[in-house]
Amino acid sequence: MAVTTERKDPGPAAAGVRRSGAPPAPGRAAPGTPGRGRLTGAAPYLLLLPALAVTAVLLGWPLVKNGMLSFQNLNMRQLIQHLTEWNGVDNYRETLTSEDFWGVTLRSVIFTGVNVVLIMVLGTLVGLLLARLGSKMRLLLSVGLVLAWAMPVIAATTVFQWLFATRYGVVNWVLDALGWHSMADYNWTGDQFSTFFVITVLIVWQSIPFVAINLYAATTTIPGELYEAAALDGAGTWKSFTSVTFPFLKPFLLATTFLEVIWVFKAFAQVFAINEGGPERLTETLPVYAFIEGMGNQHYGMGAAISLLTIVVLLALTSYYLRIVLRQEEDEL
Amino acid sequence: MKRSPLARLWPNATAVVLFIGFAFPVYWMFTTAFKPTSDIVSEDPVWFPTAATFEHFQKAVDADNFWTLVGNSLTVTVSAVVLSLVIALLASFALARLRFKGRRGFLVTFMIAQMAPWEVLVIAIYMLVRDGDMLNSLLPLTLFYMVMVLPFTILTLRSYVAAIPKELEESAMVDGCTRTQAFIRVIFPLLAPGLMATSLFGFITAWNEFPLVLILNKDPEAQTLPLWLSSFQTAFGDDWGATMAAASLFAIPILLLFLFLQRKAVGGLTSGAVKG
Repeated sequence: MAVTTERKDPGPAAAGVRRSGAPPAPGRAAPGTPGRGRLTGAAPYLLLLPALAVTAVLLGWPLVKNGMLSFQNLNMRQLIQHLTEWNGVDNYRETLTSEDFWGVTLRSVIFTGVNVVLIMVLGTLVGLLLARLGSKMRLLLSVGLVLAWAMPVIAATTVFQWLFATRYGVVNWVLDALGWHSMADYNWTGDQFSTFFVITVLIVWQSIPFVAINLYAATTTIPGELYEAAALDGAGTWKSFTSVTFPFLKPFLLATTFLEVIWVFKAFAQVFAINEGGPERLTETLPVYAFIEGMGNQHYGMGAAISLLTIVVLLALTSYYLRIVLRQEEDEL
Repeated sequence: MKRSPLARLWPNATAVVLFIGFAFPVYWMFTTAFKPTSDIVSEDPVWFPTAATFEHFQKAVDADNFWTLVGNSLTVTVSAVVLSLVIALLASFALARLRFKGRRGFLVTFMIAQMAPWEVLVIAIYMLVRDGDMLNSLLPLTLFYMVMVLPFTILTLRSYVAAIPKELEESAMVDGCTRTQAFIRVIFPLLAPGLMATSLFGFITAWNEFPLVLILNKDPEAQTLPLWLSSFQTAFGDDWGATMAAASLFAIPILLLFLFLQRKAVGGLTSGAVKG
């Protein structure tokens, strides 16, 4: 039986689509005495009970509550007086007919797309580079990657604000030194595009290590014979990449892309902490928009409706992958 | 196949440039935290500080409630991780080793729960916690953080359990252990790397969580470090030395944990357990 013995930080990918190789075989019933058989019937359910119970209460209940809130007219006044005013689909009608909502949705999708493409392409290149390096250089680069990976989000956000600070920020100084003098005192959070630029650099910088290190770990499991066979067939570097490496890594890349889509689309702390969705609410992505409408402007019912629509958009973005996962699980179990 | 020195130069040069790119923000955070203010607000950046000061750290630590918040963050994070590990151990064992009706459904449930968009459920959670009169308390935070990391913990531990050869348990059971004893004596010790890896993830998630605590705990006494750090800059304006010292203090535990557990989580899972 193939046992995975090397596991470099089993990221979420390990729990998503597993590499071919060792799907865990379903456990056989314990070779026990007949007397023990009766317990085994209920045992799995008892073992799962705590996990299911807390998930149902703490995740299921807020989901249901969110659904209920989204059909209510619930603002500051109703909240304080504990009034429940049902207003049917008004919140949805208002949201779906507002230009703001569609603008923010489009913005979120573009934002997610740009980030995920950058993360996957650069992460893959860095991962392949790791595979090519000698052991000393690989260690050096890994240390840099792990540092970026391990930086807590809010700490990283604060550091990026300092790097991109208008005065005394390193980025402006470097741009100025390189001859772009108009950037000497540039205010990065002054407009939509440059604010998004900072957020994107931050997110991509933090996410590449996960992709690169896991991809490198995956390449180490590619059997060398495959490359030898490709070389015998006269394949060059590019050909052996397209015929051996890429097909082997495809499930990994698919799983990681999907995780990154979810992760970037939901990113709240980075977007909110850099500039609170400003300037002029122009850098709000859907989660931040729902938060600011719901909590900031105290339209709780409206915020709940936007939240629910956000979940729908997220499901739409990831539906392709979800289908694959569900099919995959069927084969595996 | 020997590569010429020139062919090796490119990857190595790229690696050095990338190392600088990834490490620089972290380097800049720490050096800024130690630099005298005159070096921070200088027209040209001081790349390699020569003088070090602790005044910024002093300022960060003296900020209101700092130690209370450290206590809060630790309490919430550690309790959430421990709770989720206990619950996940039971579930992952069932999912990896036992065969029963609905197993696939449970797996899929946890896979979907892993995608839960907590960031957009904050309004509903706020309402529930408010109705339960639990705002400004650490208990709801702990429970929600536990559930946030639970699906991942279950799925990851499951693959660790599945990777442990069944022969180990079986031989223990042949030697007269019950299934539970076999689990405690044989599997549990071999799960150490898996427990390390998953608790690392859980710790980081809970330590960093921002939107939920932002809404639930307005009382400064009941907040956690991420909030403190994000408001720090507002409070201290352009005092980048103090802000970077605060960021460093927040990041150090995670960086250390990462470096320490990374090594533990890697390596032979059952090496030496079964002599082939």
